[in-house]
Amino acid sequence: MGAGHAHRLYRHGHSPVHALPPHTKLAATFLFVVVVVSTPREAMWAFAGYGVLLAAVAYHARVPAGFLLRRLLIEVPFVAFAVLMPFVAEGERVHVLGLSLSVNGLWGAWNVLAKGTLGVAASVLLAATTELRELLLGLQRLKLPPLLVQIASFMIRYGDVITDEMRRMRIARESRGFQAKGVRHWGVLAKSAGALFIRSYERGERVHLAMVSRGYAGAMPVIDEVTASGAQWRHALALPCAALVVCLLGWVL
Amino acid sequence: MHVPDGFIDAPTSAVTGVVAAGALAVSLRGARKELDERTAPLAGLVAAFIFAVQMLNFPVAAGTSGHLLGGALAAILVGPYTAVLCVSVVLLMQGVLFADGGLTALGVNITDMAIVTTLVSYAVFRALLAVLPRKRRSVTVASFVAALVSVPAAAVAFTLIYAIGGTTDVSIGKVATAMIGVHVLIGIGEAVITALTVGAVVAVRPDLVHGARGLRQRLQLRVNGALVDAPAPTAPVAARTSRRTLWVTGLVTSLVLAGFVSFYASASPDGLEKVAHDKGIDKEAKEHAAADSPLADYGVKDVSDARLSGGLAGVIGVGVTVVAGSAVFWALRRRRDADASPVNTGV
Repeated sequence: MGAGHAHRLYRHGHSPVHALPPHTKLAATFLFVVVVVSTPREAMWAFAGYGVLLAAVAYHARVPAGFLLRRLLIEVPFVAFAVLMPFVAEGERVHVLGLSLSVNGLWGAWNVLAKGTLGVAASVLLAATTELRELLLGLQRLKLPPLLVQIASFMIRYGDVITDEMRRMRIARESRGFQAKGVRHWGVLAKSAGALFIRSYERGERVHLAMVSRGYAGAMPVIDEVTASGAQWRHALALPCAALVVCLLGWVL
Repeated sequence: MHVPDGFIDAPTSAVTGVVAAGALAVSLRGARKELDERTAPLAGLVAAFIFAVQMLNFPVAAGTSGHLLGGALAAILVGPYTAVLCVSVVLLMQGVLFADGGLTALGVNITDMAIVTTLVSYAVFRALLAVLPRKRRSVTVASFVAALVSVPAAAVAFTLIYAIGGTTDVSIGKVATAMIGVHVLIGIGEAVITALTVGAVVAVRPDLVHGARGLRQRLQLRVNGALVDAPAPTAPVAARTSRRTLWVTGLVTSLVLAGFVSFYASASPDGLEKVAHDKGIDKEAKEHAAADSPLADYGVKDVSDARLSGGLAGVIGVGVTVVAGSAVFWALRRRRDADASPVNTGV
C-alpha cells in the first residue's frame, strides 16, 4: 500500500483530456470501439482515419508515441494468431513469394489486426489519462451496479497487497531452492494458491469488520460527485462522432 | 482466451453482452445470499485473489506454460454467484485498464470465461458430490473433475460463439480442434491445481469452502456416556438461493437459445443424420410415429419460412419441456414435503 495510488498505466498530466470527467471518457472510448468494430474491413483507409483520430487525441493528452506503442505490445499473442490465419483459412488462394495464402484469411487477419490494435490503443489512452479512482467513479456514474463497482474497487485496492503476498511466498520458495520445472511441482504451486486464498479471505473478513466499525452499511459514501457539463460531453464525444462519420463514409464508398 | 475487438462481429457481441448483463444481474442478487452483507469487501478480495492466481503460471509441457482461468476454483471456494461476479470484474478491469480483451468483446469474454466455466464446473461439482460418499476426499475429487471439464467447456462455448459470429472464415472444424485440443491440456493443469488448492483450504479452514458446506460435522455432546446431537444453532447454516430467479433465467436463456440462436443454425443435417444418410443406415429406419405431429422435424407446419419455423418450434419445444419438467418436479416435491416430519423442517 506504500506505493502511490495511481496504477502503473496512468500517466500524470494536466492536459485537456486528463481534465475531462471520467464517465464522458469511458462512454467516448466505448462508442469509438463500437464504431470501429462495425466498419467494413474492405474500407482500409477508414482504419487509417481512426488511427489519425487516436493520434490527435494522444497529442492533445500529451501522451508520447513511444509510451503508447510500448503499451500496444500486450497485443502480441493475437498478432501471432493473425499471422497464422492466411495459412489455415479456406477459400481462393493467392501466391506471394512462393507461399500459398488464402485471400479470405488475409482479409480476416487484417480485420483482427486493425480493429484489435485500434481497440487496444483506445483502451490504453483511456487508462493513461484517467486515474484509477476516477475510472471507478465514472463506471458508477454510467450506472454500473454499485455492488459491482465496489467489488472492482476492492479488487484494485487489494490487488497490490495480494500480489505482494504472492511475491513473498515466491521468494520464500525460491530461497529454499524451488524451481517450477514440471508436473511434480504443481502441488507446491497449488498449496501456495490455497494459502493465498486463506490469507486473502481472512484479510477480507478483517477489512469488513474494520469497515463496519466505522459505520459501513453496505454502500460507500460518495464524497465528490462528478458531473459533466454539456461542453465537456461535446468535447469527449467529438472522437466517436468523427469516427462515425468515417465509418459511414466507409459503408457508402 | 481473451478475445480482442473485431474478432467477433457486432451483432453477436451485442447478444453476448445482453446475456452477460442478465447473468450479472442474477449473480448480484444471488451473491448477497452467498456472502450476506459482507459481499463487497469479500468478493473484492476474492476477485483480487483470482487476478493474482491468473498470474501463477504452471509449466505444461515442452517449455510452454498455461495459467489458471480460476472459474472452477472460485465457484467451489465462494459459490457460483460470487464467482461469476469476481471473474467478470477481473475481466472488466483487464479490459478497461490493461487493454487485455476488447471492450466490445467484453460480453463474449464474460459469457465464455466467467459464466460458462463457473456454471459448468459448479454443476459438475454438485452432481458429483451428490453421488460420491460424504467425505473430504470427495470434495477434492469433485473439484478435480469440475475444473477438468470447465476449461474445454469454455473452449466449446468460444467455438460456438465463433461459429455464429466469427469474422474470419477459418473452418469451424479447425477452430474446434485447435481450441479444444489445447484446452484439454490446460484443463488437466487447471484440474490438478484446483483440486490441490481446494484440498489445501479444506484441510485448514473447511468452513471457507462453499462447496464443502454440506460436509460440516454436526456438533455432538457426550451426555452420560452417550453421544447426543447438540441443539441446532439458531442461524441458518447456508442461505438458500432463490429458486425463482434461477428458474426465470433458465427459462429465458433456453427460449433465447431455442428461438433466436436456432435462427442462425445450419439447416443441413447434423453429423449423425449425415453419417446415417451416407451409409444408408436410415433406409431401414421407419418414419417416426410422431412424424405427422405439427412439430415434426423441428419446424411448425403451415409456417413457410424455414428459419422462423425452426425458431418457433424451438420456443414451443422449450415451453412444453418446462411445463412437463415442472409438473414432475412439483409432484416429487409435494410427496417429499408430505414425508418430511415437522421436526426435520426446523433444521
